[in-house]
Amino acid sequence: MKLTDLTTRAGEWLRGIGPMSEIVISSRVRLARNVSGYHFLSKCTRHQRTTIEHKIRDAILGASISPKTLYVDLQDAPEVDRQLLVERHLISKPHAQSEGARGVAISESESVSIMVNEEDHLRLQVLRSGSQLEEAWEEINEIDNKLESTLDFAFHPRFGYLTACPTNVGTGIRVSVMLHLPALKLTGEIEKVFRAAKDMRLAVRGLYGEGTEALGDFYQVSNQTTLGKSEEEIISDFKGVVIPKIIEYEHHARRTLLNDRTAALDDKVFRALGILRCARLMASEETLYLLSHLRLGVNMGRVKDIDIRTVNELFLMTQPAHLQKLIGKKIDGDVRRAARAEFIRHRLNAA
Amino acid sequence: MERPGSAWLNFMNRKCDNCKSQATVHLTEIKAGKKVEKHLCQQCAEQQEGIPAGTAHTPINELLTNFVLAHSQGAKELTTNAVCEHCGMAWPDFKQGGLLGCEHDYALFEKDLTPLLQRAHDGATHHLGKVPVRRGGSGVPMKRQADLARLRKELQKAIEGEDYERAAKLRDQIKTAES
Ligand SMILES: [Zn+2]
Ligand SMILES: [Zn+2]
Repeated sequence: MKLTDLTTRAGEWLRGIGPMSEIVISSRVRLARNVSGYHFLSKCTRHQRTTIEHKIRDAILGASISPKTLYVDLQDAPEVDRQLLVERHLISKPHAQSEGARGVAISESESVSIMVNEEDHLRLQVLRSGSQLEEAWEEINEIDNKLESTLDFAFHPRFGYLTACPTNVGTGIRVSVMLHLPALKLTGEIEKVFRAAKDMRLAVRGLYGEGTEALGDFYQVSNQTTLGKSEEEIISDFKGVVIPKIIEYEHHARRTLLNDRTAALDDKVFRALGILRCARLMASEETLYLLSHLRLGVNMGRVKDIDIRTVNELFLMTQPAHLQKLIGKKIDGDVRRAARAEFIRHRLNAA
Repeated sequence: MERPGSAWLNFMNRKCDNCKSQATVHLTEIKAGKKVEKHLCQQCAEQQEGIPAGTAHTPINELLTNFVLAHSQGAKELTTNAVCEHCGMAWPDFKQGGLLGCEHDYALFEKDLTPLLQRAHDGATHHLGKVPVRRGGSGVPMKRQADLARLRKELQKAIEGEDYERAAKLRDQIKTAES
């Protein structure tokens, strides 16, 4: 498998067919691990960093975590490739931008990725479409066990798995769900989500954009505490309490829009569709804004001739590195905006 | 992937609400049903809250956790001046960068880390999750793990309630269960 294979299709998690996928785009579980006997990365020399990377890469490729595993050496990878991996949620922004020996292992379906030498020696991630946290946990636990048979992870009976930052210590687990909440935004009730999350000691942030601003109405909700609770407990809190509550808020907002503000709802949806089908220059922020309304319209059955998978793919493929890969050369400014508009027109008018 | 790092650093490098020097006293008060957080330097804390120097920055449950730890693991010296013999990490370096240098730092700085961990992890002080097979993960049946978890929670409660006698008993029970 090569990196270029990734550009032409959407990852497994974006198929948009998982449970409750009209609101829960994806479920992610991440584990932070460090190898015993080596310093954490902030205290590593260049040489030690390289030694750790090689050791872990060999362990991952030897553990057969998936039928076909791609390992990308990020130290030598071009910027556009690193950016592409960020856009596909396979590596973090800091991992793309940092320096020194580091890499990422990716399973063929892209549901598994393992960052090597990010903030910790290993950051394992399983990403699945829709609400599938338990399944994601089971899969990542199995991979963790496989790696543990060759790697001795730093562990302390009281503190659990030892991480560079004490905010991750214990289970080292970060559970998150990506939610699409356009109706709550339109009805001005998004604060409800922030309050509910705060009560549960969860963090909420916009997926695109900075801070609490959420372009495209995508929000990521994740746990903050990793110590003093078991992995299963953390996941069942999400599955049993947090997700159903937020889904109920969004469903309620959608019903309100449909019953009391039908014309306003349809205007938002079809205005978005009209612009997306006709515009000649599209900036990325406007694209996210319009695609969000279109996605709402498709999921609520207001737009009938467009498949939800097409909309999900557009969110992914209209990002800068993806466009650049599709076109095969570096583009920016109006050239990029024109290419984005053309790509969207083709996809939506062919439907 | 989100980084809790910046919020974490903010907390650690928090300025005094009053005079903007480094805050070392962190208080949570309930006023008219609302939670109010206060961050003060030692001097302002003494003036405003009448908290005597030397004890203010050490919450009571930390003192007691240390009391229990000292009894179960042998007394530890004050670590603030310690430097890790493996990676060279010192406590002021950690406060600067927010990241530890190696696996040994947790035990070395245990005393200083405890209140920070409690703050970051909703009061928790002990791991309750997965244990690697190499570290005896498979050797501990689930039932016993659950018992241990329950005992540790009770121990935490006893400590918070200043019930030393019960805490000592629970500590012995945990020791027996762990061995
Ligand atoms: Zn002050
Ligand atoms: Zn160290």
